[in-house]
Amino acid sequence: MTVIPASERVKPKLGRDDWVMRSFIAVIGVYLVVTLAFPLYAMLSKSLSTFQFDLTQFELQIDKGDGWSDTISVKQLNDKIGKYSSAELNTSSDGRLPIVSMLPDFSFRGKTKYRLRNVGDKSFFIHGSEQILGTKWHEYSSNEFRRVMLRPIKSIGFGNFIQYFSTPALFNSISNSLFIAFISTIITISLAFTFSYALARSKMRGKGIFKIIAMMPILVPSLLPGIALVYLFGNQGMIKGLMGGYSIYGPIGIVIGSVFFTFPHAMIIIQTALSISDARLYEASDALGASKFKTFMTVTLPGARYGLISAAFVVFNLVITDFGLPKVIGGQYNVLAVDIYKQVIGQQNFEMGAVVSVVLLIPAMFAFGVDRMVQAKQVAMLSASSVPYQPKPNKRFDRTMLAYCLLIAGFIITIIGVCQYAALVKFWPYDLTFSLTNYDFDLMDGGGWGSFYNSLKLAIMVAIIGTVVVFTGAYMVEKVPGFGAGRTTFQFLAMLPMAIPGMVLGLAYIFFFNNPSNPVNFIYGTMAILVVCTVTHFYTVSHLTALTALKQMDKEFESVSASLKQPFYKLFARVTVPVCLPAILDISIYLFVNAMTTVSALIFLYSPDTTLASIAMLNMDDAGDIAPAAAMGMMIFYANATARTLHAWASKGIYKTTQAWRTR
Amino acid sequence: MNNQQAKAEPFLKVRGLTKMFGNFTALKHLDLDVSESEFVCFLGPSGCGKTTFLRAIAGLDIQTKGSIIQAGKDISALPPAERDFGIVFQSYALFPNLTVRRNVAYGLENEGKDKRAVNARVDELLKLVGLPDQADKYPAQLSGGQQQRIALARALATSPGLLLLDEPLSALDAKVRGYLRHQIKDLQEQLGVTTIMVTHDQEEALTMADRIVVMDNGIIEQVGTPTEIYREPRTLFVADFIGEMTQVEAVATSSSSAQLGNIQLATTQFDGDKGDAGVLTIRPEDILVYTSKKKSGDNIFAAKIDELEFLGSFWRAMISSDKLGSSRLKADISINVARDISLTDGMELVVELPQRSLRFYPGEKLL
Ligand SMILES: Nc1ncnc2c1ncn2[C@@H]1O[C@H](COP(=O)(O)OP(=O)(O)OP(=O)(O)O)[C@@H](O)[C@H]1O
Ligand SMILES: [Mg+2]
Repeated sequence: MTVIPASERVKPKLGRDDWVMRSFIAVIGVYLVVTLAFPLYAMLSKSLSTFQFDLTQFELQIDKGDGWSDTISVKQLNDKIGKYSSAELNTSSDGRLPIVSMLPDFSFRGKTKYRLRNVGDKSFFIHGSEQILGTKWHEYSSNEFRRVMLRPIKSIGFGNFIQYFSTPALFNSISNSLFIAFISTIITISLAFTFSYALARSKMRGKGIFKIIAMMPILVPSLLPGIALVYLFGNQGMIKGLMGGYSIYGPIGIVIGSVFFTFPHAMIIIQTALSISDARLYEASDALGASKFKTFMTVTLPGARYGLISAAFVVFNLVITDFGLPKVIGGQYNVLAVDIYKQVIGQQNFEMGAVVSVVLLIPAMFAFGVDRMVQAKQVAMLSASSVPYQPKPNKRFDRTMLAYCLLIAGFIITIIGVCQYAALVKFWPYDLTFSLTNYDFDLMDGGGWGSFYNSLKLAIMVAIIGTVVVFTGAYMVEKVPGFGAGRTTFQFLAMLPMAIPGMVLGLAYIFFFNNPSNPVNFIYGTMAILVVCTVTHFYTVSHLTALTALKQMDKEFESVSASLKQPFYKLFARVTVPVCLPAILDISIYLFVNAMTTVSALIFLYSPDTTLASIAMLNMDDAGDIAPAAAMGMMIFYANATARTLHAWASKGIYKTTQAWRTR
Repeated sequence: MNNQQAKAEPFLKVRGLTKMFGNFTALKHLDLDVSESEFVCFLGPSGCGKTTFLRAIAGLDIQTKGSIIQAGKDISALPPAERDFGIVFQSYALFPNLTVRRNVAYGLENEGKDKRAVNARVDELLKLVGLPDQADKYPAQLSGGQQQRIALARALATSPGLLLLDEPLSALDAKVRGYLRHQIKDLQEQLGVTTIMVTHDQEEALTMADRIVVMDNGIIEQVGTPTEIYREPRTLFVADFIGEMTQVEAVATSSSSAQLGNIQLATTQFDGDKGDAGVLTIRPEDILVYTSKKKSGDNIFAAKIDELEFLGSFWRAMISSDKLGSSRLKADISINVARDISLTDGMELVVELPQRSLRFYPGEKLL
């Protein structure tokens, strides 16, 4: 027997479990690197790539029938006639400059012959689809020469950003986006706070139904309120008189719609904050004879402040990164998220799209950072001995709160109701008979019913694959011993998606996956990339849900299992998963609903075979088929509502049967 | 039994065990031998490294340096699954969604194992820990003490060679704790399983252990039987940590005597010389008191009761004397003796500090 000398470091021998677990971490870590870090890197480097026609790199000779002229640089040619300014020579990676545009007396029927060559090996030009490199002369007839295009040279620098900030049409969007996000945040937070306050502190009736209604906006895409607003206040709107001459297309529409779709998100956070504040403080305040208002100012608001700040930044982030709503109802009012789309899809200027993305990343990252800090504080505030507050009846207060909640619920129901109405009416406002023609999606652009089935398929795949990946990943992070640096990196990568706007992620995916030299290029244009992108997009919240559940488990389970010589997967399957089943169900429904409604990331990634319901909505709306778009929106709503109901029912069942051990 | 077995190769042999957490050294070069079937307690104040030591032996947090040999096999670097031990944690870590039966059977249900054999073994174990009829309950439906015993049954299910217990009783109330102490000890003796238990409760250690390992600040201060630890604490820390101990400053006059105030006292042998300053200790119950002045000799002098407090089974007295200078001694006087000498506050009497109970620690300061 050899004994390890006392002075030597012990190298722990890794057991089979260690290997398996580490490979799992590695696999999921690689997944996050490939689906997140690499694409973002590709996007950043794209935003720093500038493309310019460098005319000094080309030389020309002309033969008008009396022999070849002296060699002339294309730059001299341009300077002589003053055709392009140096700013006009900036272009994108796809830029093509017809050489003949700098020859004023060019005619493709002429007998003149031309020779063109590159000065060095930095540049190239194309003739048709043929790429021509090198310094050898190439000779063309007039007819051929009109198809010769100069191509730009790539360089790394802040050129794109300089161009962005010197184009008012572009950078105005920054203030527009900030303005919209700011106003929407203030309104949503005020409304949601009052609503949550009513739920937490009043004795009014119908709290349960109010909670359900308040959560409904989560079940529809953000562009659905846009469509409803068009029906209500648009050019042929039902009650457009209320607009007093202002147009709904623009900031007003975006703000109203944003309030609608961010309301539930704000409410959940504020409700949590209000529910953890300690009842004993209220009792003390009452005992001291403080007025209701004073109690509110000195106890309620300070107690909920972290919740309010956190909710504000979440809402801000949602609004500033949202694409669907401003696309539908923004009119001429440019915002960052739509700019990305316009640059990429409209103008094929990928570099500028990347620049706008980087610009959009800054406020999103900031809001995310603040939210994380504040959340950490709020958790610390949660004392184990807090006593939940039991409101006492107060007729006037309860009635006021009930009226208020009815108003909010009315607003939400109206938006969805209008959409449903629009979907069922034959031809607004001329033929108001009900029919199902608008559900005949196969007659419209946008992919027809196939889009809806694709969305369902996507949502189911995202829910299943995403839950498995996220939960396994969270388990490994939480339970694998040692491995410090790996864990930190993993944790960082898992938190990152929350800070990345969907548009940015989608664009980053184009840059990374649509690159022919990428070995996983084959998934581009398939359902797989949509699944991957969506799982990554919604990774963070799912990860946090899983972590919270896992942290509540005794940290010695693994030790006990190992001491009994049982493999970790037995513990995982027999104990960890069953105990965490409620959280697992929560993750899967969260992923399902979001996959059904998301537009932003996938708008860049879908192909004719993988059109989706939410995107079909957008495209039908774009083509003027607003009623079918509303009908598609309602299909998404039905699907999500069904899924939510199934989830609630399944959760309850599981609670009753497999979780019997929770109750004594 | 320890003296005989110490000659044989120990069941568990720890050598030079060091554990670092970053720059912090939690365990400093520990050596320890544990014989087969022995019940050893790790005792020490909070944060001294008991749990760290136990987890290193289990392989749950492998040591930075040093070796561990169990049953002749070097297990220093092995993962927990390749070692031979059962463990019970303070939290019990019972699987909440499995019944008691499934919890206990967890380590037994390997592929191809007969269901009936497993069930029989579970029943046997449940009977062993005194809970034969709780098999179909969930852990949340049991009391803390019952959960503790289920955790024990689960740890013993695979008949491990070594049983590790990390503060198994500290989450329970005093009465249950007293009862379970005996049950665990009986069980251990019945099964003869080598056991290491971590505790910061000295009473627990003194009543249960064959040998106690007293730890402080990542080092082992002393290893010995409960009586050894109690009667002959090797360091002032151990003396102070276990039981009541009066400490006074004194100066050595030889290697077995010390000057305290105006009196020279004979002490047990110590490692020091004339002139060494240090601390003199005696347990309150070791001080003898007499009324008559007849008695005279070494370590005997006249004194006076300063304060008297009745503590049920004995009296606690504060004793002062011209001889002692400003120092006062704490003495526990049994009820019988108190009656014999008609003990009263302020009375004069004669005090003996028996040589075998006086220990001097040169170079130490009062704790
Ligand atoms: N994972 C760790 N990282 C850093 N330091 C640690 C870690 N685990 C323990 N320590 C430190 O090592 C020392 C010993 O800890 P240990 O848990 O072994 O003490 P203990 O004797 O079991 O105390 P207690 O009686 O309170 O359980 C403590 O100072 C502790 O802070
Ligand atoms: Mg401990």
